[in-house]
Amino acid sequence: MIGNLDYTTLQQLWWIIIAIVGALFVFLIFVQGGQTLLGQVAETEMEKSLIITSLGRKWELTFTTLVLFGGALFAAFPKFYATSFGGAYWVWMLILFSFIIQAVSYEYRSKENNFLGSETYELFLLINGVVGVLLIGAAVGTFYTGSNFTLDMYNRVTWDYVLFGLNLRGLEAAFSLFNLSLALFLLFNARVTGASYLLNSIDFSSNPGLETRLRESVKKNFLISLPFLLYVLFSILLMKGFGVDKAGVVSLVSFKYLFNLFSMPSLLVLLLAGIVLVVLGVFLTSFKTSYKGIWFNGLGTVFVGFVVLCLPALNNTAFYPSKLDLQSSLTIFNASSSMFTLTTMTYVAIGIPFVLAYIVYVWKLMDSKKITVEEIENEESY
Amino acid sequence: MTHIDLSVVNWARAQFALTAMYHWIFVPLTLGLSFLCAFFESIYVRTGKKEWLSITKFWMTLFGINFAIGVATGIILEFEFGTNWSNYSWMVGDIFGAPLAIEGLFAFFLEATFFAVMFFGWNRVSKKFHLFSTWMVAVGSNLSAVWILVANGWMQNPVGMVFNPETARFEMNSFFKLVFNPAAVSKFIHTSSSGFLFASLFVLTISSWYLIRGRHIEMAKKSIVVAAVFGLLASSYVAMTGDTSAYEVARKQPMKLAAIEGLYKGQTKAPIVALGILNTDKKPGDNQKSFVAKIEIPYLLSFLANHSFTAFVPGIDDLVYGNKTYGIEGAASKMVKGRKAIKDLELFKIARKNKNTAKAAAALKDFKINQAYLGYGYLDKPEEAVPPVAAPYYAFHIMVGLGTLFPLLFAAFLFFSLKNTLVEKRWLLPFGFISVFLGLIAQEAGWVVAEVGRQPWAISGLLPVKMSSSNLDPQNIQITFFMFFGLFTLLLVAEIKIMLKQISIGFEEGGDLK
Repeated sequence: MIGNLDYTTLQQLWWIIIAIVGALFVFLIFVQGGQTLLGQVAETEMEKSLIITSLGRKWELTFTTLVLFGGALFAAFPKFYATSFGGAYWVWMLILFSFIIQAVSYEYRSKENNFLGSETYELFLLINGVVGVLLIGAAVGTFYTGSNFTLDMYNRVTWDYVLFGLNLRGLEAAFSLFNLSLALFLLFNARVTGASYLLNSIDFSSNPGLETRLRESVKKNFLISLPFLLYVLFSILLMKGFGVDKAGVVSLVSFKYLFNLFSMPSLLVLLLAGIVLVVLGVFLTSFKTSYKGIWFNGLGTVFVGFVVLCLPALNNTAFYPSKLDLQSSLTIFNASSSMFTLTTMTYVAIGIPFVLAYIVYVWKLMDSKKITVEEIENEESY
Repeated sequence: MTHIDLSVVNWARAQFALTAMYHWIFVPLTLGLSFLCAFFESIYVRTGKKEWLSITKFWMTLFGINFAIGVATGIILEFEFGTNWSNYSWMVGDIFGAPLAIEGLFAFFLEATFFAVMFFGWNRVSKKFHLFSTWMVAVGSNLSAVWILVANGWMQNPVGMVFNPETARFEMNSFFKLVFNPAAVSKFIHTSSSGFLFASLFVLTISSWYLIRGRHIEMAKKSIVVAAVFGLLASSYVAMTGDTSAYEVARKQPMKLAAIEGLYKGQTKAPIVALGILNTDKKPGDNQKSFVAKIEIPYLLSFLANHSFTAFVPGIDDLVYGNKTYGIEGAASKMVKGRKAIKDLELFKIARKNKNTAKAAAALKDFKINQAYLGYGYLDKPEEAVPPVAAPYYAFHIMVGLGTLFPLLFAAFLFFSLKNTLVEKRWLLPFGFISVFLGLIAQEAGWVVAEVGRQPWAISGLLPVKMSSSNLDPQNIQITFFMFFGLFTLLLVAEIKIMLKQISIGFEEGGDLK
């Protein structure tokens, strides 16, 4: 069956797979959101340890999902990989830097003789949580607002945005209110899901104050995220988008993304369901005594993330538009791997449900008992 | 031809070398120590003896410390292909990306998911499920090595692909040829078994230190027995696959073989240099001697390269200038064809842009005649096809020399352990203590042989490194080079200090390790 899929279907299928991986990553950055809460909700060393131990059991999943996201983009859309990574150099380098310092922080923070001191590793976690998430948000924003590159006939990229004599290499994405709003929404939503996850995984019988602060944090961060979400949503509905015709010519089209939403009603339904689930998760956590809010706002985040990644790519839309030369813009048709490679990888992708199944199984197994103070004192912890 | 900023290429190359060499400090240990932890835990589950639990937890703690920094230094490598080598990413993404994506999906998730159980699941899952998780981490770690070495093997010996002039890139046409590429298969076995060997040396070093200091004697002896058996087995695989690799390199990368042997003039019944000092003034095509001094083993290079004691092994001069007697086409001749291919490709692209079908078809026909030499067209002179000779030559000889010592060391430790006289052999223990440092030198030397020996190519014979880089100002890479150098050095110091502290704490005698 897979062997009979045509090239266009494969290209769309692979963008959808990448959007799913990206959406799961957006959910999993609850780890980063949780890291940014450390200094605000933990009042004692034990509370800190509870939070870091809880997040520390999940950080690798987030990290691995990011690696898979990069690897899948490289494999399925190598022109995007080459253009964006080689062009928006500083954005990706700073994202990487923030993830490198995260990787060691959990393991080293509480170890004796750790050279830099626990506070430094906690600072690393904060930097990863804030800088990493903001930059990823701004990078995704450029799918809608465009970037400053051109491609030659051999697809070699030239990036051109100079400020005070410096080529900013992607950092100029921060000058767009839309990109900035998307980045800030991502950050505050990660703080909402981070706090919700912690409420679900820690036993608060010895630390009721921490539970109260986490519930308060869910409400506060949701309220802060709301104006950014609304600005992003209204902008998407009203802004011009980058359409591509049958000959592959890219042009600016009014209300392109609004049109995409109505052309793909399943995305509209997912977007609305996602927003409702996020709000429901926050309501259950902030106004009720539920510990299960993470599953609602987590699933909602996956839905919204999926829509945000699909909207600028499907329905004949250029997903990585060039502001300098519209015809250099990348579409899923001109940026993809060959049909042979996409077909081969589709066979490989049959394994994805199996991978997801064992991740869910192990997650349930490990989280069936909540993390207690006794566990921190007597067993392996971060 | 496109203007190439060599300072960008060189800085990008330096940065990749820096990150790869740092990463390569930690990866072999992860590959091997993950299996050793699985062995120790298997013995614990089978015997139920607490001392094996302590042994497992001790080595697992060291594994975890090393694993974290291995992950940290690894992520940058994947993304550096895009940031520093964007032209390469586009040219080979259709082939190279798939193994990387499969690595992420099947190997990294296995590691990441079961890593949490391995470290925090002792009281959350059953004993058997915990053991299963430890094995899964070991399998996952080694599975990731499979896929990255499939990608690397393809760079050494590109198979299962065609060049598509429409897209101006290489495209996969056989996944199985890519996966079962002989270069990839021998590379995987050689690299993973050298990782097992290195981890066994790591256990030997720390255990020897305990025996010298008279601490944790029983735990150290038990650890040594397992590590020595594992190391001895791994050594034999390293030796066998080293031989296979040499044979493969002789077929597919004869220039690399000539460089690692310092062989300028090809010869039949070629000897191998056992020990030698290179003449650093020697250049391709001149009449100077290649060596200041050397000790040779007759016939052995011919045998290793061709499995025949009398076969001809081409030297650097033959490969640069050609050798009609043996039908070897030199780089000089290939460059002429390569430049013609580049010109025809350009004509084809222009004709396609102008929608001139007849001109495009003619240009394409001409291009196909010389397309196999495309990469050579980007070289400025034939001598550019020669890699730096000294680095791979010395690295290869250091690697082989040390690789010969290790099985003897494992055999001695195993022999005296089985006779239960190891503690009395005070002369042997210092060798065990220093062994991991020698192993590290051998590991890094192996990396230099493989990757410096591949120069000037990113993809052997097809794409030179200088055509692979991103279009960046060198200052960008200089800044990130020093950022990563500083950060990795800080993290390395932190890792060593934490590890030394854990080693000084040692095993928990008769109970759990805190």
